[in-house]
This record gives sequence, C-alpha cells and structure tokens, in this order.
Amino acid sequence: MKHSSLMKWFVSREGLYYLALAFLLVVLLPLTLDSFRLNMVGKYLTYAFVAIGLVMCWGKAGILSLGQGVFFGLGGYCMAMFLKLEASTPEATAIQSTPGIPDFMDWNQLTELPWFWEPFHSFSFTLLAVIGVPVLLAFVIGIAMFTRRVGGVYFAIITQAIAAVLTILIIGQQGYTGGVNGITDLQTLMGWDIRTDEARNILYFICVGMLFLCLFAARLVQNRKLGRILVAMNAQEMRVRFSGYDVAAFKIFVFCLAAAFAGIGGALFTLLVGFMSPSFIGIVASIEMVIFCALGGRLSILGAVYGALLVNAAKSGFSESFPELWPFAMGALFIGVVLAFPDGLAGLYKSYVMPLENKVFKRNKSKTAPVATRQTAEKVDDYSPMNDTYSPEKS
Amino acid sequence: MFDGYTSSELMSIFAMQGFAGLSLFSVFVLMALGLAIIFGQMGVINMAHGEFMILGAYTTYLTSGFFQSYLPGLFGGYFFVAMILAFFICAALGALVEWLMIRHLYHRPLDTLLATWGLSLIMQQAYRSIFGAREVGVDLPEWMMGAIPVTDMVDLPINGVFVMIIALSVAVGVYLLMYRSGYGKKVRAVVQNRPMAEAVGINSAGIDRATFALGCGIAGIAGAAFTMIGSTGPSSGQAYIVDTFLVVVFGGAQSLIGTIVSAFGISQAQSTMEFFLSGSMAKVLTLLVVIGILMIRPEGLMALKVRR
Amino acid sequence: MSTAKSISGDFLLAVEGLTVSFDGFKAVDDLSFYLDPREIRVIIGPNGAGKTTVLDLICGKTKATTGSIKFAGKELTKLKEHQIVHSGVGRKFQTPSVFEDLTVFENLEVSYPQGHSVIGALAFKRDTAVIEAVEDVAKTIFLTDVLNEPAAMLSHGQKQWLEIGMLLIQKPALLMLDEPVAGMSVAERKKTAELLRVITKDHTVLVVEHDMQFVGDIADRVTVMHQGKVLSEGSIEHVKSDPKVIEVYLGH
Ligand SMILES: Nc1ncnc2c1ncn2[C@@H]1O[C@H](COP(=O)(O)OP(=O)(O)OP(=O)(O)O)[C@@H](O)[C@H]1O
Ligand SMILES: [Mg+2]
Repeated sequence: MKHSSLMKWFVSREGLYYLALAFLLVVLLPLTLDSFRLNMVGKYLTYAFVAIGLVMCWGKAGILSLGQGVFFGLGGYCMAMFLKLEASTPEATAIQSTPGIPDFMDWNQLTELPWFWEPFHSFSFTLLAVIGVPVLLAFVIGIAMFTRRVGGVYFAIITQAIAAVLTILIIGQQGYTGGVNGITDLQTLMGWDIRTDEARNILYFICVGMLFLCLFAARLVQNRKLGRILVAMNAQEMRVRFSGYDVAAFKIFVFCLAAAFAGIGGALFTLLVGFMSPSFIGIVASIEMVIFCALGGRLSILGAVYGALLVNAAKSGFSESFPELWPFAMGALFIGVVLAFPDGLAGLYKSYVMPLENKVFKRNKSKTAPVATRQTAEKVDDYSPMNDTYSPEKS
Repeated sequence: MFDGYTSSELMSIFAMQGFAGLSLFSVFVLMALGLAIIFGQMGVINMAHGEFMILGAYTTYLTSGFFQSYLPGLFGGYFFVAMILAFFICAALGALVEWLMIRHLYHRPLDTLLATWGLSLIMQQAYRSIFGAREVGVDLPEWMMGAIPVTDMVDLPINGVFVMIIALSVAVGVYLLMYRSGYGKKVRAVVQNRPMAEAVGINSAGIDRATFALGCGIAGIAGAAFTMIGSTGPSSGQAYIVDTFLVVVFGGAQSLIGTIVSAFGISQAQSTMEFFLSGSMAKVLTLLVVIGILMIRPEGLMALKVRR
Repeated sequence: MSTAKSISGDFLLAVEGLTVSFDGFKAVDDLSFYLDPREIRVIIGPNGAGKTTVLDLICGKTKATTGSIKFAGKELTKLKEHQIVHSGVGRKFQTPSVFEDLTVFENLEVSYPQGHSVIGALAFKRDTAVIEAVEDVAKTIFLTDVLNEPAAMLSHGQKQWLEIGMLLIQKPALLMLDEPVAGMSVAERKKTAELLRVITKDHTVLVVEHDMQFVGDIADRVTVMHQGKVLSEGSIEHVKSDPKVIEVYLGH
C-alpha cells in the first residue's frame, strides 16, 4: 500500500474498526487494569489467534476442526520445552539424580534427554517449531483427508479424535511430556525473567502486536481472490473444482494457516501463563475454541477477537463467583449462538449498530459509485462488520 | 510385545482379554447403535449421546433405590423395569430436543454438532447438581453376581454376559425394525431420497423425530446396561463418546452390521493391547489405527453407495 | 462399432469403450463416440440413459471403470478434475450452480483462467485484461446490465447463462452443457439458441438436451443413448427416422 492509500485506509470504516480494537488493547485496558488482570487479558488474547484461524477455516471455507487445541498445544509445548530446558541447567537441578534434565524426567527415572528434546536448546529452532510443528501436522492431516474428500462431520469427528489421542499420549508419556501436570516451573526466556510484572506487561504487548500481524495476514487472505475461493468452495465446491481449482490444495492451505495461528497463540500462552498442560489441548478445550469464533461471528476476524475476549472473561467471572453455573451458561451459549445468532456479534453489530454508523459515513458512501471496474475484493465479505459496500481503493 | 510368553499363555491371555473386551463391546454396540441410526437417517451427530446414556444410568440407579426401599421382594427384577423406564425417558427427552433444536438445524450438520455439545454441557452439569460429582453405583441383583467358569484360567462374569445379551438383543431388535417393519422401510426411503420420499407421502419430519427419539431411547438402554458393569458419574458418558463416534464412522454410516463389526474390532483391539501396553497407550494405538484406516478408507468399512 | 465419419482422424475428443458400473449397474456400457473440432454434438436419450454420467466421466467427476477418453491427444481418465479443466474442457451442470453470494462480475472473475493455484489466488490482481474479458463475456451472455447484482438475484435462465459465461471465460476447447434450456421460458430458449450459435463459431460443443426443437436448431450430429449404450448416431433426420429410436421413445 502506498503511503496515501494507507492513510485513507485508516480513516475508512474498516480502518477505524482496527483502530478501535488497537485503542482498546493498547491504551484502554493497560491503563485501567492491574498487571494481574492485564495478564489475564493477554491469556484470552492467545485464544483469539485460534479463533481467527477458525474464522478462516470454518467460517469461510466450511471446514470445522474440533481439534484446534492440538495445534495450540503443540505451539505451546514447543515454547515450554525451550523454557524448561533453560530452567533445567545442571546447576539448578544439581539435587537430581541426573542433573541437567527437566525435573519431571528425573522423577520418571529418565537418565538422559530424549532425542526430540535436544533441538529445543536452540531458540531459533523453537521459534520455527512453534509454527512448523503445528503446520506440519495440519499438512499431513490435510493431505490425508482433503485429497480423499473427507469433510463435514467426518472431518470434525476425526479432528476431535486426534485431540483425544494427543491428550492421552501426553498424559500417558509422563517422562517425556510432564504428564497431566504439563510442563511447569518455567522461569526465564534467554535469561529474561518472565514472571515479573514488568515482563508480563511487555509480553502482553508482544501478544497484541502478534495478534495484529495475524489479523492483517488473515485480512490479506480474505480480501484476495484466495479468500473469495474459500467462501465459494464452501457454498459450491463442485463449481469451484470445475472452474479449474484444486479444491484440496485450498483446504490444506487454510487448515495449515489456522494451525499456524493456533501455534503462535499457544506459544504466547506458555510465555504469558508460565506453563503448558494437556488440559488446553483436549476435546473440551478444543471445542470451546470454536465457540469463541462462533460468538464473534464465524465470518468476522475482528469478531473472533471480541468473541475470545468475552467468552473467556465471562468464564473467569463465573468461575470466581458461581462456578457451578458456568457449564449452564456455556451450554446455553453454544445452543443460542447456533440457533438464534449464527452470525454472532458481528451479525448483531451489522444489523443494529451499522445503520447508525451509516448516517455518519453517508458522505463517504456517495463517493463510491458501484461500477464493476472499481469494485474491490473487499466486497466479498458481507458479514464482517468491517467490510460493507464501502470499499477503499485497493493498492 | 509378546516376548516372554509361551504360546499357551498367550492363548489364555487373548481369551481372557477377549472376554474382558466383550463388556466394552456391549457398551460400544449399545451406544453406537443409537448414534448410528440418527447419523444414518439425518446426517447429524448427537454430541449429547453420552449424556443420554448417563440419563438412562441414573434412571436405573433411582429405580434400584426405589425397589430397595419399597419393593425389596421384587429386587431381582428391578433391572427390567429400569431398562424400560430408561428407554422411554430418554426417548421422550430426545423427541423434545429434536422438536426444540435439531429440526431447526437441518442442512447445518456442523451447527447441530455444536448445539448438541452445548446440550451435553448442560446435561452434565445438571447431573452434577442433582446427583453430585461422585460416581454412584447400583447393587446387582443376586442372580447377576458370580461367574461362569469356562476353563481353569478363564471365568465369565454373569453381569458381563447379561449385558452382552442385552446388546445383541437390541441389535437384533433394531435390525428387525429397520429391515422388517413399515417404519424401517420409510426410514430407508428417506435416507436414499428425501424429496422423493416426501413426494410419495412419507412424513419425513415425523420419521426424523421418531428416529432421533429411538436413538436416544437406545442410549437410555445403554445406560441401564452400563450400570451393571460400572459406576456412573456426571461425565462418564463423555469418556465413551469419541470411541463411539469412531465406531460409527468406522463401521460406515448407514450400515448396522458395519457398526457391530467395528464395535467388536475396536473393543477387542483395545482390550487385547491393554494387557501388553499401558491402558493409555493401548487406547492411543487403537485410535491411531482407526484414524489411519479412516484416512485410507474414509467411507468406513461397509458404506452404502448413495448418489449425492 | 463406432460411426466415426471424420476422415482426418484428428478427433478433438475420442471416447472409446467407456464403461462405468455403480455396484454392478452399468450406467454407461462400452460407449464409443468421436467429436471433430468445431462440431456441435447433441446427446439425447430417455431419462436415466446415462447422458449426464457420460459428461461426468469426461470431466472427471466420475471415474471410469474401463475405457479411454482422449482429448486433443491427451488421456483424461487419469487426470484430476482441475487438470481436465486446465486442458480445456468446460462443464455446465444440469442444475445451475453459480456462486450466489458473489456478484455476476465476481462470478466471472473467479472463473478467469489465471491465479488458480493457492499462491496465484493470493497474488491475483484485477487488471484491465481481466475487466475486459469479463465485460466481453458479459455481453455475450446478455448480462452486461446486471454485472454488479449478486448472482442470487438472477432469474433461473440468467443463472444458466452466467454458468455458460463462466465456462466461456476459461476459453475451453470443448464445452459440455447439460440441458441448457431446461426450465427456461420460450423467450429465454430463443436467446439461448442464439447464444449457442455464437459460441459454436469457435468452440466444440457437447450438449445434452431433451427439447427436440432445440436439438434440431443447433445440432450438427446427434447421438442417441439408451441404457448406457449408443443406440443411433447421425444427423437429426437420420436418428429421427431410425426405427430403433422410434421404438425406444414410443414403444414401452
Ligand atoms: N453415482 C451414482 N451411483 C449410482 N447410480 C448412479 C450414479 N450416477 C448415475 N447413476 C445411475 O445411472 C443411470 C444414468 O443416470 P444419468 O443421470 O446419467 O441419466 P440421464 O440420461 O442424464 O438422465 P436424465 O435425462 O434424467 O438427466 C441412472 O439410473 C442413475 O440412477
Ligand atoms: Mg441428466
């Protein structure tokens, strides 16, 4: 984007939605919340990464994965393994029977570091793995399933089974994974203590920054022809195929993209929370991630962020005061969103708030005469609040 | 993994674990039958199926309590009363759920998945509030205790055999209903060509409701049977749900025989491997094999070919 | 057994011994026929004769049990659907299938033969070549005025045209149309015949159709199918007077 068009975008309606979110996350919340609460918000935001991926994968392309926790967890475990190795220096673990390996390995009578832990001594490898491992798994699943045209309910069930398998595996292989407790007692990132308030604040802002990067990546995909193909594929897979597109390749791509986002979210989760455990991977955690996306509006990437924030905030709120009511609320949320508001918050926003906004934006509207040649790809995304018929010039 | 066992020992181990696997098989069959007829008919997966099963289990628990207090003389027969009650209570709830929820979500099978998941959360928490988080068990009637010795190394527990008999009877019943009754003929007509079936005057919405209720009712029977071999907690249903989904998908969506064969295969594989590996690894291995086979043969073991 | 008349032997499409069986039922049974370049061939036949299945087989939607399909010298039976499209075969379905949420312009743009890989679709830009191609095709299919309407707003006939347009923009060598005038009004039928005449100036066209009036209007040659086999082939007059054809259509 050229400089002037960038400016134009920022004052466009869509740009303002992004600015509003940025204002909320960068200014408002940090100013009003204490460090502990801000850290909680950061934790919720890590789920927003997963939700954005689900918007692309499920909302747009119609591929419902009930196993996104797997990718979130893999990203998180990769980061946790690096941090754990850093915390397990021979000096710090001198009292163990085998110093220099993580404590849970020692408790499980392991005497040397398993081979797949070795590369996690390297931070650059870890960063690569945080994205690479989830994407690789998604790629393998995608190849196996999509080239054989497995989709819909079957795909959902199989991804759920994969989530179950990974959880059982991690819990069962205590010595290699830390078992049901997960990988705990993470202290420093390359010598930088991540447990202090200051570090947590900085990590929060890193998380917000990464979130915007992912939002822009998702936005790029959705606004290009690629995004249009994804939506078209969902509605008329056959027609897309016979228009000359390799449908499986597009599905694999979007599934890998969602896995990459989830992996990044998981790694940030580990950093912000200080541990990683199988409870964030399993069936229940994975399907909850879908509701973040559904509540926000399954077609809106910005909605996904709000969905993740709201559901998680509500969950913390409930579990502080009425823990026994939360499952009822969650259940009602699943049913309500699906039955009554399939377009989620974004849909509500579109039908109730947008008409008011339109008055404000009227003057801009009249400027965009609907001529085919000037229309831009932004138009496709009917549902997301940031994309209505007002479309800024494309770069 | 077979190192260090003689072949006769191995035989006995296989036999013993095989019989142990039969209990699992019975639960799988009962759970999967209900799930499969719903999935086959409407293309919908009921994520709350495990909770319907648990409803049947709690019904049995309450019935046994009632008999213990008020009809101790008839205690030996409480199970049959409980089973019938469980069937009807679950079927009634199923019909209600279909009416309130499922029928609004036609052509949106993925949304049905999410909505029924929501239902399962609500049901689980309701059980927790009513019955507490602890698992409850029922007292077995006298005649169900003990075991039938088969060889000197292998004993068959009577309750396990009984549950298997129930599972197989229900399977036969479902088979008769689907392939030998007017209702079954209509169901198959709707499955193969819904618009055509409607055109010849079949009330497909009514068939849907009946099928959903029937599936849930069978889950209730599964729950009643379940109490005979294990104790019941609010989330016991969830422990079986993934396996049951795989049983159904693996068997091929519209094939009853496929469902039973795959239930048998998966339960036997799991229980045999359990002897040699830890329980969790056995499960991981079983699930991975099933997922692997499904990737090679996504239509399941015995798929019905229907033009789409 | 075929009645190939082309002397040159340079068929655009050569279908030989094509058979497909669904659980033992042979929907297409040892079928052979040949298309010359620029030919307009119409396949007719009673319901269930296997006409749609033949198109399915050529475009790869259904895999043949045995037999070969050679298109411009290339064997199609081994290719994937999108590869068949890329080699120049376009297929219109019996029921209109357009992208309802997209505008007419976008429908055509999506079909434009560029940016078909994932990376390509990410990099694709709407340049003047695209716009010109879209406007060009829109004119041919009588939809210039509704370019910015969502496809969902179109009439049934207009959707059929749009789908034909989506094929045209791919510049296929062979166009396959399954019942293009089914469900159209008389006026729309007329316009469609006109449209087909324009198209057939520079495409080879394979049409499945029931409307004999329409068939007579457009066909160079007609292939009559019955129970998965070729019953008769030749000019419209020839097949109309073929006793076997009369038997199948009139005698039950
Ligand atoms: N995938 C499939 N599985 C099973 N049977 C099929 C399949 N596809 C086609 N058939 C059968 O093959 C036969 C031929 O069908 P096809 O649709 O090709 O006929 P058609 O000539 O196009 O008929 P119509 O004029 O009604 O469109 C029919 O009996 C149909 O039921
Ligand atoms: Mg046809």
